[in-house]
Amino acid sequence: MILAILALPLLAGAISALAPWRRGVALLGVASLAGVLVLAALIARASLVVAPSALGGSLGADPLSALMLLVIGAVGLLAALGGVRYLDAQLERGACTPRQASLYAALVQGFIAAMILTVLARNIAVMWVAVEATTVVTTFLVGHRRTRGALEASWKYIIICSVGIALAFLGTMLLYVAASHGHGTASLDWATLVREAPHLNHAVVRLAFSLIVLGYGTKVGLAPLHSWLPDAHSQAPAPVSALMSGVLLSVAFYALLRCRAIAVAALGTDFVRTTLLISGLVTLGVAVTMLLRQSDYKRMLAYSSMEHMGLVCLAAAAGTPLALAAVLLHVVGHGLAKSVLFLTAGEIVEADGTSQIAGVSGLLVRRPALGGLFAVGLAALVGLPPFSLFASELGVVRALSAAGLAWVSALALAALALVVVGLSAPAARMLLGPATTAPQRASFSFSVPMGVALGALALLGVVAWPLSSLIHAGAAVAL
Amino acid sequence: MSLSYVSLLDLAVVVVMVTAALTLWRQSLAAAVKALAVQGVGLAAVAVILGAHRHDLVLVGVGGLVLVIKAVAAPWLIGRVVAHDHAAREASPLINVPASLVGAGVLTLLAFAATRDVVALVGTPAGRLIPFGVAIVLIGFFSMVVRRRAVSQIVGLLTIDNGIALTAFLGTSGVPLVVELGVTLDVLLAVVVLQVLVAQLQRHFNVHDLDQLRDLHD
Repeated sequence: MILAILALPLLAGAISALAPWRRGVALLGVASLAGVLVLAALIARASLVVAPSALGGSLGADPLSALMLLVIGAVGLLAALGGVRYLDAQLERGACTPRQASLYAALVQGFIAAMILTVLARNIAVMWVAVEATTVVTTFLVGHRRTRGALEASWKYIIICSVGIALAFLGTMLLYVAASHGHGTASLDWATLVREAPHLNHAVVRLAFSLIVLGYGTKVGLAPLHSWLPDAHSQAPAPVSALMSGVLLSVAFYALLRCRAIAVAALGTDFVRTTLLISGLVTLGVAVTMLLRQSDYKRMLAYSSMEHMGLVCLAAAAGTPLALAAVLLHVVGHGLAKSVLFLTAGEIVEADGTSQIAGVSGLLVRRPALGGLFAVGLAALVGLPPFSLFASELGVVRALSAAGLAWVSALALAALALVVVGLSAPAARMLLGPATTAPQRASFSFSVPMGVALGALALLGVVAWPLSSLIHAGAAVAL
Repeated sequence: MSLSYVSLLDLAVVVVMVTAALTLWRQSLAAAVKALAVQGVGLAAVAVILGAHRHDLVLVGVGGLVLVIKAVAAPWLIGRVVAHDHAAREASPLINVPASLVGAGVLTLLAFAATRDVVALVGTPAGRLIPFGVAIVLIGFFSMVVRRRAVSQIVGLLTIDNGIALTAFLGTSGVPLVVELGVTLDVLLAVVVLQVLVAQLQRHFNVHDLDQLRDLHD
């Protein structure tokens, strides 16, 4: 099962790269992601009993990894469906050659495989290699439209993320240096490191963890190395933005969570908490300030991703079981809501030819399905009930207060309130406003999967089924 | 025997360090790429010397891999970009050369201060050289901030990577081979991607200087 979930996208990717382009290649991508989602569900069930593993234990899925696999599968499937539409439109317009379409399909599968490897790797250096591989693979996806802006965004993306992630590798190597001169045997295995952590040299682990927060933080979109994020998310094709925002950020955050567990076991909570609090608060501040002054709705969604990552970073700082469960629920909720929104935004750009808020109006009248999805998606994103982000944001705020950080939870609540205000004015303008063209029906192949995703979010918010036990088990692993 | 091991190791680390400073000193992009190639040789030498001393054949093999990738393949790929660049010079770095070299000196002192605990923990002749690894990482950072040409940025990125590899060689008794291979593959692919990206920017948009890329901002 473990090997199958990794091999499936690799195989689909190889076929996409080698076979001549036909529409079936894009559909193969959808089938591959559907397979990944089913396997992820099976692995998740199994992980609650005994964590499945492969290759002599060097790959494995505890509940934490299994939950991430589910997010990768679900967001990946939505993005693959969006990808079929994106490639159809590009090819029809002559904006991309069949060769480039094949490349796109192959790289998306490679991207998925790299993220799956990240969450399955038990060795933290292999985990790093996989995260860096996501950077390399996605660069061409960000620049797939080959406009000047898209190439600039890909350049910024690979340079800033490679530098940032290099810091995380330096931090990982320093952890290894500490482990090589600790009590037991030198190992990069996560579970061994957590076990041996009390014997590691404190000063070296402190230095290592600071570098790791800065490094993986770059890919999570945490300040100060976040400047690639709005550019990449707004320039990339919509399905790629959905994947990057909906799941890549949280996969990088997952890497941070694993390293956090080692640092907490070595140092106790004080240092780790302070580091993550500073990081989360600065990120939240930057994100909210920038979000409020955007005139481009894709960039607005990008800054909203930063805001959500800042929030989960604060929850990780609290570090209680409740806080970590809220983090995991939030990662699922944000992944689904944000990918629906980015894909819908892509359809709006396609229809109206602009990503400026001022260029869109009367969506609910002109395109009821598209406008409706955008409205409901935004409602889910800002944390209105019944969607699961309401429950997870409430969980984060409660956990922060319970951990003696009431002032942080007050700041977080203020930021969330500002975001509601900041998003509702542009949303009202785009959705209501005067309609300039006659109403048009949206295609079912788009609105049905998006509707299902939003329905799942509401279900998750009301009854927490079917993820409740997985989330609590995952939070216990991350503790 | 042990004296010659230590002095050989010192020599190889000095080569890596000096070439890192050279990339800051020379404004010609071709010279910077040459310095990077020599840096790769120095890094490979560190791995081979350590491997020979510890009778660790894998580490010697890793040294060979480093030689192929860092001293030959990566500089060759970057050199192709330079060949298409007409004014292959760093015309206006944000900070002039003497000031950048002073900056490099300050960063080296900073690296020594930051790694005191690491050196004390490792406590071997190789471990005492760790500050240089960290200093090279910082110098790579610094050169990425002050240099504006696309090629200079790639050179800076690889300098950072070499500094980390040096730290890992000096501080541990060998990183697992699978990790070493994965990291090397990542670096090589990143350089290929960067090279293709720069070629596209040069060909389609005639962009050589990153200051020309200012379309995206808030």
